[in-house]
Amino acid sequence: MRYDSLLDAIGGTPLVGLPHLSPGPDARLWAKLEDRNPTGSVKDRVALWMILAAEKDGLLSRGTTILEPTSGNTGISLAMIARLRGYKLVCVMPENTSAERTALLQMFGAEIIYSPAAGGSNEAVRVARRLAAENPDWVMLYQYGNEANARAHYETTGPELLTDLPEITHFVAGLGTTGTLMGTGRYLREHVPGVQIVAAEPRYGELVYGLRNMDEGFVPELYDDSVLTSRFSVSAADALRRTRQLVLAEGIFAGISAGCVLHAGLALADKALQTGQRADIALLIADGGWKYLSTGAYSGTLAEAEARLEGELWA
Amino acid sequence: MAIEVRIPTILRSLTSGAKSVEGSGDTLDALLADLDTRHAGLRERLVDDSGLRRFVNVYLNDEDVRFLGGLTAPVNDGDTVTVLPAVAGGMS
Repeated sequence: MRYDSLLDAIGGTPLVGLPHLSPGPDARLWAKLEDRNPTGSVKDRVALWMILAAEKDGLLSRGTTILEPTSGNTGISLAMIARLRGYKLVCVMPENTSAERTALLQMFGAEIIYSPAAGGSNEAVRVARRLAAENPDWVMLYQYGNEANARAHYETTGPELLTDLPEITHFVAGLGTTGTLMGTGRYLREHVPGVQIVAAEPRYGELVYGLRNMDEGFVPELYDDSVLTSRFSVSAADALRRTRQLVLAEGIFAGISAGCVLHAGLALADKALQTGQRADIALLIADGGWKYLSTGAYSGTLAEAEARLEGELWA
Repeated sequence: MAIEVRIPTILRSLTSGAKSVEGSGDTLDALLADLDTRHAGLRERLVDDSGLRRFVNVYLNDEDVRFLGGLTAPVNDGDTVTVLPAVAGGMS
């Protein structure tokens, strides 16, 4: 496979069957490996489409500063592309994210402004909005509300899945900005009658939910719940257990959101078996496990990993 | 009949600090009304005229109730209900 440059190699990721974890020949799980993107995550698609859209709208020129609230993957993708296109990047990131994220961002030349751990990504968004107001010449692409985020998936992730798995019955992905599910979900619903679009949402630690007033919550502007069939909340314990299971049963070294997705996918597969329905369930594996190694998620006993990760795993 | 309802930090002032409380009812709506008789004001923090409040997420056995019928979702003995504030997705 040959590309003119790295950005052309974004997307086109493999769909890999999971013969050991699939409960039966009629209930099959498939993993779409988004770590096979240039900077190692699904966000390369999103970052590219957001930047291309901003360029088309005349918002960016060489030397422009891009600002983004991000707990890592989007920032890393933006940092790589910004570097190649001659833009500066400022990321607002919760202070308790893993060391690898800081290292990768700085390597690409991005500036990081840390937001307090308490309040997680909500707080990062708030800080970023304040910075955007203080720096009107900066451009905040704002992944939580930027239509180009969902569009990237509508135009690339969805079509790739349909090509590789025309018999798809379920699509399961993590729910963060909601872009993956909104874009891929809309595309698949348009082309596959009866397809189920399922969200696997991490259940965060107390620190993230904090003492937030219930009226001050956050729902990404991209989110349209009519695109989803169901939405599951997955505990850190289950996510960790499943992430390790993915390594040991299928050899796939994935990030923790993959554990969330697998947990939901297994429940769907079992349900299909019980009701005697065929299932071909595609799981979106957003990234590899590299950035989470320092969190200890993959070493020691499960109980030790859970204890270590409380408050640190999710931001 | 006992249904465990997990309460987020911000609402524990209404449950005397309890992380979870028990209640009964055939639907989520009935369950919340039941809880409100012992924890006054709890229901009003979760529900407004149009149903579940926008920034409140409620999960029935880990599944978002908005996809199970919302307030009309049937609940059964042994179920677990988790209430959480809506927050920005992490790791993005």
